[in-house]
Amino acid sequence: MAMDPLTPEDVDHIAKLAYIKLSDEESENMRQELSDILGHFQALASVDTEGVDPTGHTTDSNTILRADEPQTPMEREDVLKNAPDRDGEFVRVPPVLE
Amino acid sequence: MTSKLSSSFDFFYSTARGLREKFDSREFTAVEATRASLERISALEPKINSFITITPDEALSAAEAADQRLQGVGQAPTPMTGIPVMVKDNFSTEGVETTAASNILKGYIPPYDGTAVTLLKDSGAVILGKGNMDEFAMGSSNETSAFGAVKNPWDIDRVPGGSSGGAAAAVAAGETFIAFGSDTGGSIRQPAALCGVVGMKPTYGLVSRFGLLAFGSSLDQIGPLTRSVADCADALNVISSHDHRDSTSVKAPFGDFGEKIDAGISGMKIGVPKEYLVEGIEPGVREAFEKSLQTLEDLGADISETSLPLTDHALAVYYIIAPSEASANLSRYDGVKYGLGSSGSKNSAIATEIARAEGFGAEVKRRIFIGTYALSAGYYDAYYKKAQQVRTLIRREFTDAFLKFDALVTPTSPGVAFKIGEKFDDPFQMYLNDICTIPVNIAGLPAISIPGGMSDGLPVGLQFIGPQFGDTTVIQAAAAYERATKWNKEHPRI
Repeated sequence: MAMDPLTPEDVDHIAKLAYIKLSDEESENMRQELSDILGHFQALASVDTEGVDPTGHTTDSNTILRADEPQTPMEREDVLKNAPDRDGEFVRVPPVLE
Repeated sequence: MTSKLSSSFDFFYSTARGLREKFDSREFTAVEATRASLERISALEPKINSFITITPDEALSAAEAADQRLQGVGQAPTPMTGIPVMVKDNFSTEGVETTAASNILKGYIPPYDGTAVTLLKDSGAVILGKGNMDEFAMGSSNETSAFGAVKNPWDIDRVPGGSSGGAAAAVAAGETFIAFGSDTGGSIRQPAALCGVVGMKPTYGLVSRFGLLAFGSSLDQIGPLTRSVADCADALNVISSHDHRDSTSVKAPFGDFGEKIDAGISGMKIGVPKEYLVEGIEPGVREAFEKSLQTLEDLGADISETSLPLTDHALAVYYIIAPSEASANLSRYDGVKYGLGSSGSKNSAIATEIARAEGFGAEVKRRIFIGTYALSAGYYDAYYKKAQQVRTLIRREFTDAFLKFDALVTPTSPGVAFKIGEKFDDPFQMYLNDICTIPVNIAGLPAISIPGGMSDGLPVGLQFIGPQFGDTTVIQAAAAYERATKWNKEHPRI
C-alpha cells in the first residue's frame, strides 16, 4: 500500500471527527507529522494476515454478566460537583441546536 | 528522631522490607518514616518535580492508623502497612485532584478511589501523593506533562523516561519507598530502567483497571516500581485481584507472586530474541546486556538465542492500536462533566472543540489524530483491523517461544537516559524508545525491568519477559540476577 502524504483537507476532516480545533500552523505541523508517522506504518501491509482473526483483548474474556441486584448509585452531588457549569441538578451546556 | 532519619542516606534508600524490619524492631514508627519522606520530598522537589500533588495530611493520618496496626491493634498488618508510597496521577483518588498531567483535568476531584488505590489503602500503605507523568501517559520522557518535565535524579539535565517518570524518579531519589504506575507500551519498565529501579508490568488482567484513567484499554496495566524484586512481589500481591468492575480482570488464582523468589535459575531455559538487539542500541547498553547474560549463565541458566521476526512490526501495531483506543477513550473529555468548560461558545460542538483544543497538549492531540484517522471510514481495514491481525500473529510467536523457553531476556530500552529536549521534536525517534517493551503489551505478557548495569554513570535496565500468567517466573529470574549483582545498591547522590 503506497502512502500519499495527507492533504490539508484530510487534516480538517480528522479535526472535525476528533472535535479538536487546530490553528493553521498546528494543522500544517500535524499534516507533516502524521504523514511521516503513517509512512512508517506501511510496512505492515507486507505481513500476510489472510484468514487471521484480529485480537481485541489478550485475556479472551467473554461478556461477563453480574447478578441483577439493585445497588446504591453514587450520590448525585458527587457526580455533578466537577461540572464546570451547572444549574441546580443539571449540567449546563451552550445550545446544542441553534 | 525525624531529623536523624532526614540525614540518613541508608534510610531513604532502604527497601520496603528493610523499612518494615525497622518498624518491627521499634526502631522507628510509620509516622516518623512518613514525616521524613515528606521532608525529603520538600527538599528535592524543586530539582526533581516528580510529584503533581503531595498529600501530607492524608499521609500522616494513614501513617497513624498504620502504627496502630503495626502495634497489633485491629487488622493484621500487611507487607505494605506503614510504607510510604506514591501513585501516578492517572489513578483516581477520592477527594484528591487527579489530572493525568493534563490541563483538561486541572481541578478534577474524583468522587471515588480506583480499585488499586482502595487495595493499597486497605493494606495500610501510606500514600504520599500523586506522581508526575506524561500527559495521559502518552510519552517516553515525561516532557509532555502539563506540570513540567520530571528530572532524572542521576543527572537532572536528563529525562527520567516515561510515562511513569515521576514514579521512577521518586523511587530512585528516595522520595518514596514504592511507587505505582501504569504501563501501556513500557511506561513502567522504561522509566524504571532509565532511573535504575525495579519496575514490573504484570500479565494483562491481573490488576483491575477500574479507576485508572484509560489510555489504551487493551494494553494498560498497573504495576509497581520498587528498589528490590522482593518489594515488587509484595506490592503486586496487594494490588492484584479479580474485580467485577473491570470485565477484563481475570479470575486467575492469586497466590504469592514471590513464592519462587529464592528458587534460583539453575536449569531455567532463557531465550535471547535477537531482534531486540536492534540497530541503534547504544554500545554501553549492549555491553551491559552481554555481561548480564554471562551472569545468568554463571547462575546455571540455559541461555540461547532465538528469533521473533515479527518484533519489527510491533511498533507499527502499537502506534495504531494504542492511539485508536486512546481516541475513543479520550472522547469523554468534552469539557461538560468535568474539566475546562467553554460556556461562552455559541453552540455545544464549538465549546467542545475549544475545550479540547485548549485542554490537550501536542502529543495527546497527535495521538488522537492518528487514532481517529486509523478508525475512520475507508482506513479501518488497512490500519486498525490489520494491526489487530498482526497482533494475533505476534501473540502466536510468543506462545511458540514459550514452548521452548521459561523466560526471555532483553535490554529494557535501547539507550540510557537522554538529555531533556533531545528527542522532543521528533515523535518517531521518541517512539523508538519503546521498541523492547511494546511487544509485551501487545501480547499481554508479564515483564520486569531491573537494574542491569551502568553506562557512563547512568543506569541500564534488564528485562525479563514471561509467558501469560508467568509473573512468578519473571520475579524468580529477576531475584536471582539481583542477588548475584550489586546494581540495585547503586543510588544517585542527590
